[in-house]
Amino acid sequence: MEMMRKERIDRGIKVRTEGIYAISSYREILYLMGPRLLLIVGVLVLPLFLELAPYWKRVVNIMFVYSLLALAFDFLANYVGLVCLGGAFFVGVGGYLSAIFNVYLHLPIYLSIPLATILGAFFCTLTVMPCLPLRGVYFAIVTLMYPLLATRVIEALNILGGTNGITGVDSFPHEYVEHYAIIVFMLLFLFGMRRFVNQDIGLVIRGVKDNDQAVRASGISVTYMKTLAVFIASFMCCFGGAYIAHLYMWAGLSLFALDFSIIPIASVVIGGGGTLVGAVIGSFILVPLSEFLRFFGTFRIVIYCAALTGFIVLKSEGLMVYLQRKYHQFERWVRV
Amino acid sequence: MGKGMKDNIIISIKGITKSFGGLKALMDVSFDVYEGEIYGIIGPNGSGKTTLINCITGFIRPDSGHVSFRGHDITHMPPHRIAHMGITRTFQIMRPYYSLPAFKNLIVPLWSPRARKTGGWRGGGKHGDRDTVAVDILEEIGFERDSRVPYKLASTLPTGYQKRLELARCIALRPEIIFCDEVFSGLSMSEIASMLPLIEKLKMDGITLIMVEHRLRELFRVADRVMALNFGEKIAEGYYSEVIEDKRVKEAYLGSEEV
Repeated sequence: MEMMRKERIDRGIKVRTEGIYAISSYREILYLMGPRLLLIVGVLVLPLFLELAPYWKRVVNIMFVYSLLALAFDFLANYVGLVCLGGAFFVGVGGYLSAIFNVYLHLPIYLSIPLATILGAFFCTLTVMPCLPLRGVYFAIVTLMYPLLATRVIEALNILGGTNGITGVDSFPHEYVEHYAIIVFMLLFLFGMRRFVNQDIGLVIRGVKDNDQAVRASGISVTYMKTLAVFIASFMCCFGGAYIAHLYMWAGLSLFALDFSIIPIASVVIGGGGTLVGAVIGSFILVPLSEFLRFFGTFRIVIYCAALTGFIVLKSEGLMVYLQRKYHQFERWVRV
Repeated sequence: MGKGMKDNIIISIKGITKSFGGLKALMDVSFDVYEGEIYGIIGPNGSGKTTLINCITGFIRPDSGHVSFRGHDITHMPPHRIAHMGITRTFQIMRPYYSLPAFKNLIVPLWSPRARKTGGWRGGGKHGDRDTVAVDILEEIGFERDSRVPYKLASTLPTGYQKRLELARCIALRPEIIFCDEVFSGLSMSEIASMLPLIEKLKMDGITLIMVEHRLRELFRVADRVMALNFGEKIAEGYYSEVIEDKRVKEAYLGSEEV
């Protein structure tokens, strides 16, 4: 039997545009900028189209929050080597803090969200710090406990509104502020993160994932780098949490729901780990899909699982890895 | 070795003992290393050579004993603090930063507080950046600048280059002492032959080298003094001709004749 092998060749335009010469023609600029512009413009005009389907407005906002969480998970898992299932904890801390600032301390919304983001990130980093020496699945399990613990503490002590949560949180002044607050920050975090992981400091953080012993032997504290990474990731998640609290005008125990830990992971699996933008695209698919399937009632879980399994079996590398390859390379079958 | 060298003890190890459960990995090991020399540590498999390096560089905490570097006690410091003082090491099991190109591997040590303090990363004047310095260091250690090798992913490099990359990672830190954990093992004769001048050049640059080796012949070509370990105990120390003729060293390598 003839053996066939898939040959992959970089497209000529990719080879040329890798250097500085990319700026020499519009076609090449477009080749580089095209996919990025498509994402940016597409996301920015999305709220305008939602006027046609008002029901989806809230879903889309939540979708962007999930994409932030997925981005944070992808960064921690594939660039730092920390598989963190504590996303729900970060979201909860951000949400509750923002509600406390807004309701108890009467701070306006444009102060409560930034304060909750920054202080929340500090708080989350401090609480996660003791488990940083753990690795792999152990870190994952311990961080999974954090949201569960937070729920129990609030229930048992009956603080912060207990099971009723904190009500009366300010909403956003306008619908479009609501949309663009999350969209703009999602884009900033996405492109900022892409840049960050290729800076020198980002390379050091990636070094921690590949070989933390060698990083230690190079005179750099691994704990410090991990702490920094957790701070960045929890910063994004706390922003998402604070946003949700103001979106629902309520901060309750459901902010610690494990959905916030699990769905981002599924998004990263679908989108392709380590691509960052894949995590975002993944949640763009998963969150609307799960909303769409509400129509089927409880049967939706089955369809949801089937879709996930399909992705894992057929495109285990992730959607974004596949698309990038198709964009940059020719593929053809050749005889061995 | 001049007589005056005795004054310049750069690192002094006193009575290092370490046991893992019931296994005594190191028993009361002491030695001094003079500034600028190449000091070899030999011994059969499992004699505690790598454990000794781990104890000195802070990766393992010794049960007792002291390590002093230029008079400062560094025994219980964490590894990154020890590296910050200028004591660095290679690893026996090479694990470069797989997901990064070879020259980007050097960004990690060049970013470190030590390199930033000494300004060692800022080559080529005001506009120099870490990438330039990284490629310079790789060229020094035997990567051809104009070839594709320095820009390839570190995981795709052959063993010889990965060993060099380990050394380059140490050099980038501008260290005073490098512990080399079996840099010659797994290399072909020709690769070793091209490695030896590098070792000699490091010595000429004033760096103290402490080399753990299995390849005795190659080690003896560069080492000034040698220490032999067996079952965690120091059994001999001195010039290689003395050590290799020592009865206990012969027994350790060839087995006791009395048995």
